[in-house]
Amino acid sequence: MGMFAKKRGKAEPAISTASLPDIIFMLLFFFMVVTKLRDSELKLQVNTPEATELTKLEKKSLVNYIFIGKPVKKYQAKYGTSPRIQLGDKFSEIEDIPKFIEEHKLGVNEKERPAVITSLKVDVGTTMGIVTDVKTELRKANQLKVNYSAKPGQKK
Amino acid sequence: MARKTRGAPEINAGSMADIAFLLLIFFLVTTTISEDKGVLVKLPPWSDEPPPEMKLNERNVFSVLVNANNQLLVRKQPLDIDNLREDAKNFIMNPGNDPMMAEQPTKAIISLKNDRGTEFKTYIQVYNELKAAYNELRDEESRIRHGKGFDNITKEQQKEIRAAIPLVISEAEPTDLANE
Repeated sequence: MGMFAKKRGKAEPAISTASLPDIIFMLLFFFMVVTKLRDSELKLQVNTPEATELTKLEKKSLVNYIFIGKPVKKYQAKYGTSPRIQLGDKFSEIEDIPKFIEEHKLGVNEKERPAVITSLKVDVGTTMGIVTDVKTELRKANQLKVNYSAKPGQKK
Repeated sequence: MARKTRGAPEINAGSMADIAFLLLIFFLVTTTISEDKGVLVKLPPWSDEPPPEMKLNERNVFSVLVNANNQLLVRKQPLDIDNLREDAKNFIMNPGNDPMMAEQPTKAIISLKNDRGTEFKTYIQVYNELKAAYNELRDEESRIRHGKGFDNITKEQQKEIRAAIPLVISEAEPTDLANE
């Protein structure tokens, strides 16, 4: 500071950086809001299809995710290449779905339980067989609100 | 320290930016901007008994079959997926009062059946087209009734139009001809 004091009068005034933290904080808050911390490692290759008639999932806490697809390279030796189901962060069987749904619902406020949505993230190449089995299991578990995850596509 | 004792000393805020940057970079790295969108579907409740046989007038049923080769059979005729939306709209509204198409939009039923070997991509495309047909019809109806798009009218008005053009897509148990 003293250095500047000496030169005062001669040199051009320094640009004030006092508002820099504010700008950075603004950016920071933006990213904090849009961030969803990656809570589970994806062990399947899931490339969702494209669609146009999409509904946005509003409340993240009311959504549970079921992934369906081929295991990624790392797990192919162990789990093969046929489509599998991932619940949370582990490979699962169809029979595990009701328990998974139930566990998620326990963590949700009782009033909001009917609004729980299951998001099915299914790879484009998967055949309907396993998807149908999952759907049947969801119906048996009385989890009827389902959202097939998709990317926004071109309107025709 | 020997300072001129006038005014409270300023707090150096220069490092604040660094701290904020650090946090910012952390969130930048961990961010996956969530694109959580999808086709919303309501499944029918499960019952162990087979559903009761319903006698439906054939003219009110728009049957869509998808086989394991991802080909469409719509009302017993092969159809390209690009034409599905127009055909469905025509069927539901029946502007020409065709005796082979739906009596009224409220009576129209779309019956969707696929094979266990059908690709998920095709299934979603078909579902999307059918949903799009309904959404377009609702939008058109809203423009006729209120002069505004379906998204811009009140909740009450949306409810009325939904009741006038109800979305009924019935899904049958899939076939297993492909031995998937």
